[in-house]
Amino acid sequence: MHSVVCIKQVPDSAQIRVHPVTNTIMRQGVPAIINPYDLFALEEALRLKDRFGGTVTVVTMGPPMAEAALRKCLSYGADDAILVSDRAFAGSDTLATSYALATTIKKIMGNMPVDLIFTGKQTIDGDTAQVGPGIAKRLDYQLLTYVSKIVDLDLEKKEITVERRAEGGVQLLKTATPCLITMLEGTNEMRFGDLDDLFRAARYDLKVWNREAAGIDDAEMIGLKGSPTVVSKVFAPRPRSQRAEMVETVDNDPKNLAVTLLAKVFTQHPKLEKEIAKRAG
Amino acid sequence: MAEKFDVIVVGAGMAGNAAAYTLAKGGLKVLQIERGETPGSKNVQGAILYSDAIEKIIPDFRDDAPLERHLIEQRVWILDDNSYVGTNYRSEDFNKPPYNRYTIIRAHFDQWFSKKAREVGALTICETTVTELLLDGKKVVGVMTDRKGGEIYADAVILADGVNSRLATKAGFHPEIKPKDVALAVKEIHFLPQETIEARFNIGEEEGVVIEMAGTISEGMMGTAFLYTNKESITLGIGCMLSDFKKQKTTPYELLDKMKKHPSIAPLIEGGEMKEYAAHLIPEGGYNAVPQVYGDGWLIAGDAGMFVNGIHREGSNLAMTTGMLAAQTLVELKQAGKAFTAPNLSKYKAKLDDSFVMKDLKKYRRMPDIFHKNNQFFTTYPTLLSKAAQTIIRVDGVDKKTKEKEIKKSFIASRSVFGLIGDAFKFWRAME
Amino acid sequence: MSEQPKKPAKKKVELDPRFVNYKHVWVVVESERGEVHPVSWELLGEGRKLADALGVQLCGVVMCGPGERGAGICGEAFTYGADKCYLMQDEVLKDYRNEPYTKALTDLVNTYQPEILMLGASTLGRDLAGSVATTLGTGLVADCTELVIETETRNLASTRPTFGGSLLCTIMTQRHRPQMATVRPRVMAMPEADGSRSGEIVTVPFSMIETSIVTKVLEFIADDTRDKPNLPFADIIVSGGRGLKKPENFQLVWDLAKVLGAEVGASRPVVQAGWAELDRQVGQSGKTVRPKLYIAAGISGAIQHRVGMDGADVIIAINTDANAPIFDFAHYGIVGNAMTILPALTEAFKAHLAQAKKAG
Repeated sequence: MHSVVCIKQVPDSAQIRVHPVTNTIMRQGVPAIINPYDLFALEEALRLKDRFGGTVTVVTMGPPMAEAALRKCLSYGADDAILVSDRAFAGSDTLATSYALATTIKKIMGNMPVDLIFTGKQTIDGDTAQVGPGIAKRLDYQLLTYVSKIVDLDLEKKEITVERRAEGGVQLLKTATPCLITMLEGTNEMRFGDLDDLFRAARYDLKVWNREAAGIDDAEMIGLKGSPTVVSKVFAPRPRSQRAEMVETVDNDPKNLAVTLLAKVFTQHPKLEKEIAKRAG
Repeated sequence: MAEKFDVIVVGAGMAGNAAAYTLAKGGLKVLQIERGETPGSKNVQGAILYSDAIEKIIPDFRDDAPLERHLIEQRVWILDDNSYVGTNYRSEDFNKPPYNRYTIIRAHFDQWFSKKAREVGALTICETTVTELLLDGKKVVGVMTDRKGGEIYADAVILADGVNSRLATKAGFHPEIKPKDVALAVKEIHFLPQETIEARFNIGEEEGVVIEMAGTISEGMMGTAFLYTNKESITLGIGCMLSDFKKQKTTPYELLDKMKKHPSIAPLIEGGEMKEYAAHLIPEGGYNAVPQVYGDGWLIAGDAGMFVNGIHREGSNLAMTTGMLAAQTLVELKQAGKAFTAPNLSKYKAKLDDSFVMKDLKKYRRMPDIFHKNNQFFTTYPTLLSKAAQTIIRVDGVDKKTKEKEIKKSFIASRSVFGLIGDAFKFWRAME
Repeated sequence: MSEQPKKPAKKKVELDPRFVNYKHVWVVVESERGEVHPVSWELLGEGRKLADALGVQLCGVVMCGPGERGAGICGEAFTYGADKCYLMQDEVLKDYRNEPYTKALTDLVNTYQPEILMLGASTLGRDLAGSVATTLGTGLVADCTELVIETETRNLASTRPTFGGSLLCTIMTQRHRPQMATVRPRVMAMPEADGSRSGEIVTVPFSMIETSIVTKVLEFIADDTRDKPNLPFADIIVSGGRGLKKPENFQLVWDLAKVLGAEVGASRPVVQAGWAELDRQVGQSGKTVRPKLYIAAGISGAIQHRVGMDGADVIIAINTDANAPIFDFAHYGIVGNAMTILPALTEAFKAHLAQAKKAG
């Protein structure tokens, strides 16, 4: 079987800082990592490969430095990696990105048919959760989002059964392959690759496709031109106009601090006092 | 694993990268193993890059290495609790390329250095820990890693796995490191806008300043502190001997915190966003602490071999140089068709002795001991100096001669004439 | 590659002539098994403001199975501000499935041509919004925190956090219609229901048949909600962070929560360390909450946390670091160790409540 896993290299959002003057992202010292949600997708694809054999191809669209993320995926056990990189992609929003990736995957399918496409549930930098559904629609594939478990896969009948996280419960869904799965976080744990994979990843001759190589003929569909959304303003969150009212006592004894705080809060918010009394009563 | 290498380099710091690069360039089949997620991700250093050492390995490093700022000004400050007495040296000569010293961010620089090594043919794998050396009798024949299928064989192994090299200790190549031979340094990176840094330090784009500090800031312990300007951040840190921390029952973090609040330092980092906190051991035992550095099928380079000049705060250049020399030894032997036996590898020791590495370490061999036994260098003197400066500078109607007398008196009162002479002699002996 | 800060668009961009007749504001009223997700009412409240600013109608879209109370849901939507509801009831819409729902909503949009289409950022809403934006080829802005009409152009300016909440960006869809947006539950305030309001229900038939739908729902396993935390709708939340130092100290948070009848929340580092379960994580990668009282103990108030709890009516913060960012947006602050302040607070609340009970 052949799975394609779409990943993205992202700045570690936990370590991001904003330039206080220009409000731009200061990338210095911020490590670039594989979007953590994508690792659940990759591991699931690798598990299917363990069971059924076959090939796992990892694809990313990004700048040349995204190579590191792809090599890392190879070291976990992915077989092939393709970096789709071209200045023409700059400024792509989710709609344009899903077009570029869907077209790339079509090109991959030309060489080897694809059974499943995996993505993470969203990225930690954009947080949109739109590219996965976008790819599925463009390929006219069934879309299975927030999958928590692959219950059954029948390659001959081309059928797959999954558990999908829905509002208020779990859906047990059955559909036809090929389809696109966005994997829910926490559903598996990424493996520690063995030495052979590590050596292979280090030596792998990475495929870098530009726009033409990826089969994207229509330049109007990507980049700023192919993006209906336009970022009109970027700014830092507004600080609240007033700092917290600090509660202090002469001795700063915890007990006195607590009593002083309560008196203050309840005087200024009598409704809140009633609410708490009602619940406790 | 069936594949065999000429050389395995353990570690991707300055020594490891220098070795891997030199070996690969010399045509040897090299595997480099790094335990961090990426080369440099676990490496901690101030950090200052000395052009000379890297130039010998990659002459055109300036073309694409990630360099923060070249240094045009050096400040040396002796601090007491409220003041500093210091010297500044700033020269336009430092502003003429090729520049001599740069501030760098190790995580970036090491990735670049490792990439260079890979470009000339080294194979680098990360997130892999070498758990032990594989021995055939006394000869090192490879390494065992924590990965599945973890044995890898090679004709020689260069241990560049940093201070407290567990591998060398485990294999019995050198004894457990002694607390009196290592400093524990902590540092933080504070992010500030580029323009703010340039205004605060009165420097232009790409120009940098370094401040070396000592004094009461280390609370009587043997140690020094530093502050470096990077492009968009300031690195500051302090290091003291591990044995002193143990005795004093203080933590490095408390010292650093105190340092950040010092009235001479606080305004320099004000408004910065603290991003990275790191602690690191620095081998400062000097000449006498350098272990056996080679044997049958193995060599030690960098911090693992205690190659650090604590007095001049040099480490990375010694690491690069030792890594390069270790590699050159192997390349020459290989080209001559000779085996990597202990007698043949003794050439490495000869190269070291012949280089600035051992010459400098030898010159300062008495230094660590002197500072250990004489904490007045870190307590009494800074305060006296500060007082002296204040006495001279303050205009208060007292004539200068009386002031000089007062200063002399205060020195003698705190330390006695013999003490002062003795200290001067010790210092002179050690520097000689 | 989405949402990278780009150069601000300076030129005025003309709307594609195909879309000039697109009018009215739509909200997808998300219902499953007859239950409406509260985020839909929050969206109607917000949609009302947008519709009024544009001088157009606010319309609800209700898609459900034939046996379900579709008209009833429409009626409720009117009380929350809708003027009109499009109701599609069909056997194939009984359970949420991407394929029929995407087709249903795409058809509705193409037929009735709204200028703005909003959905809740629930699992259903995100699944559907991402798909419909692609079939329509229009712009979609996820997780908006502020929606405003630009008066001279009548364009929707959607503001959302990006890079984990470190920055906000305002995004426009100038050339295409509808302009789509999703909003996370609890980001917008719940509007007051007005029982006197009513509206028009437009029943629209749906043409898809079951045999043409590839994905089948074999079963729906409802969550056991008995022990499930429901942070987004909790009125009082006590949250703990890394300042508690040790996992066993997290019990102090539970102790106070118990006295207050509160839910327990946690910051991301604490959840990652396994001190609290994922459902309790408050912030950009966790839940957005809107309680009447939020007590943050040992939480520094990093922006990732702040974006999830900024909407609380009253925020009390306890932190050892007087410079912690949390004091910049909390209402009350105590500089102190959460390990000693929390038990003191627990006792103080207990005593206060006992007294109130006696008095009242």
